[in-house]
Amino acid sequence: MSEPIIRIEGMNKWFGQFHVLRDIDLTVNRAERIVICGPSGSGKSTLIRCINRLEEHQKGTIVVEGIELTGDLKQIDNVRREVGMVFQQFNLFPHLTVLENCTLAPIWVRRTPRAEAEELAMEYLTRVKIPEQALKYPGQLSGGQQQRVAIARSLCMRPKIMLFDEPTSALDPEMIKEVLDVMVELAETEMTMLVVTHEMGFARQVAHRVIFMDEGQIVEQNEPEEFFYNPKSDRTKLFLSQILSH
Amino acid sequence: MSDIANHPGGSFYRTENIPQSPPPVSTVGVLGWMRQNLFSSPFNTALTLLTLYLLYLVVPPLFQWAFIDSLLEGESNKDCRGIAGACWVLVPKRFGQYIYGFYPEPERWRVNLTFILFCLNLLPVLSDRVPGRTFAALFLVFGFPVVAFVLLHGAFGLEVVPTHKWGGLTLTLVFASVAILFSLPIGILLALGRRSEMPVIRTICIAFIELWRAVPLITVLFMASFVLPLFTPEGVNANELLRALIGFIMFASAYMAEVVRGGLQALPKGQTEAAQALGLNYWKSMQLIILPQALKIVIPGIVNTFIALFKDTALVSIIGLFDLLLVARSAVTDPKWLGLEHESYIFAAVIYFVFCFSMSRYSLWLERKLDTGHRT
Repeated sequence: MSEPIIRIEGMNKWFGQFHVLRDIDLTVNRAERIVICGPSGSGKSTLIRCINRLEEHQKGTIVVEGIELTGDLKQIDNVRREVGMVFQQFNLFPHLTVLENCTLAPIWVRRTPRAEAEELAMEYLTRVKIPEQALKYPGQLSGGQQQRVAIARSLCMRPKIMLFDEPTSALDPEMIKEVLDVMVELAETEMTMLVVTHEMGFARQVAHRVIFMDEGQIVEQNEPEEFFYNPKSDRTKLFLSQILSH
Repeated sequence: MSDIANHPGGSFYRTENIPQSPPPVSTVGVLGWMRQNLFSSPFNTALTLLTLYLLYLVVPPLFQWAFIDSLLEGESNKDCRGIAGACWVLVPKRFGQYIYGFYPEPERWRVNLTFILFCLNLLPVLSDRVPGRTFAALFLVFGFPVVAFVLLHGAFGLEVVPTHKWGGLTLTLVFASVAILFSLPIGILLALGRRSEMPVIRTICIAFIELWRAVPLITVLFMASFVLPLFTPEGVNANELLRALIGFIMFASAYMAEVVRGGLQALPKGQTEAAQALGLNYWKSMQLIILPQALKIVIPGIVNTFIALFKDTALVSIIGLFDLLLVARSAVTDPKWLGLEHESYIFAAVIYFVFCFSMSRYSLWLERKLDTGHRT
């Protein structure tokens, strides 16, 4: 196997006095799809936010695409170009149209000519099944539509890694389905994906590996089948019994 | 239903919305507006009638005084005898002074030209129907002040008109526009600095803002006018107008910074994070994502500050600069026009009102134009 795309070793993070991530070791291979689950406050979101340096880690190393994340702003910018992120609250830019949301970063960060950027944006908007809304503003779209635009916006930067931070947690059931469908289709393109989610059906369907976190530690990680039917630690068993019981 | 047919067995993606039916006629149009806003309840109806009655009491007599029983043409206050209404005679006679102060008459075309050029430069900045907004905005801050200085003060063969001869509306507009033009960019930088993660920059910005905000504007003007020259080395004598102007800009910037900071804080953190996650660096994310939204939120606050600044220029009369207010006041100390205070001050007030009210209307128009946050 080639060099892993993400390598995290002995990573620790504190929020003030609060020890939010403890001795995280994680290696992600190219085209690997990982689902991270765990109770709230377990550090799942913080973990993936460290990968594109939305959060700063205080100990240990994180290497993404061969670039180590340090205080060096240039390095951070380089990593962020390769890593796309989708947020729970969509975070579309409300003052720009859907199309402008998608072309902004390619034009200003990648220096893509406008016409080319718009063509690319329409291509991805078509892939997330929303091309007809390109000239609307985010405020005119439903939550599910907004989240699909957010996915397209990230993909327009042609990232090598996609991070999803509870992408369906702010949506109602019908919209969850439309967003998950898009993510399943994305999974078929060999994209490296790290997904923080409680959608266990999605985890079973697309994940190569499921990671369970609690109190800032990786408690258990395994292939989905093993993870769901043969969990090893008691904490995992308890968690699964809670979320799968209804 | 055709939507679902397009995706047999698959997920539902909405592609079209059902067309909307119009609301009932009684809730729209002039009548609907009146019913909702003026006569929605007995109390509201009573208030409406009372207001109408008060307007009836005040407006017709005022109109009578100002336009019907008034006198416009005359040589001095002697002509006002027997006039029941307003005696505007000094306004046309002194019009030049109201507008230009003591600016020499043969050179007044320069003031007019400056004003016209200023308006032309402002046009693309205010409206996106005229192209070249970015260039015009940059020129307005970095280029136009030089043009204005050359024209107003004189250089390259134009006769020099020293600043103590500037006055009236000209001086008021020079003060207000320079203060407005510079306080906004400086205020934005101060606001960003105050939220910076770098302790040195943050401390400097906080100190600057708090210091200038904590002193009265009059004190600033007095300091600039009388105290500062005591400390500057002999021979170095910065122009009085310039000193007052710089003090005014600093004062205005501090206020502006806090208005802008309000807008920055109103934005959800997710906007910055989304911009960062896309790889935009600090300045680009500020320029493209954060400031356009933050400034839009605080348009009312910014224009509020602009209007306050415009009117605060009247304070420079205290340090002896002949702004519009001082011209209005000194006009009626002339024995020829004694007793015409009302008319002189009302005329000045009307000029202030025209400028401030236009700013206010522009801001309302801008707010509506930039409002993309809601369904349309």
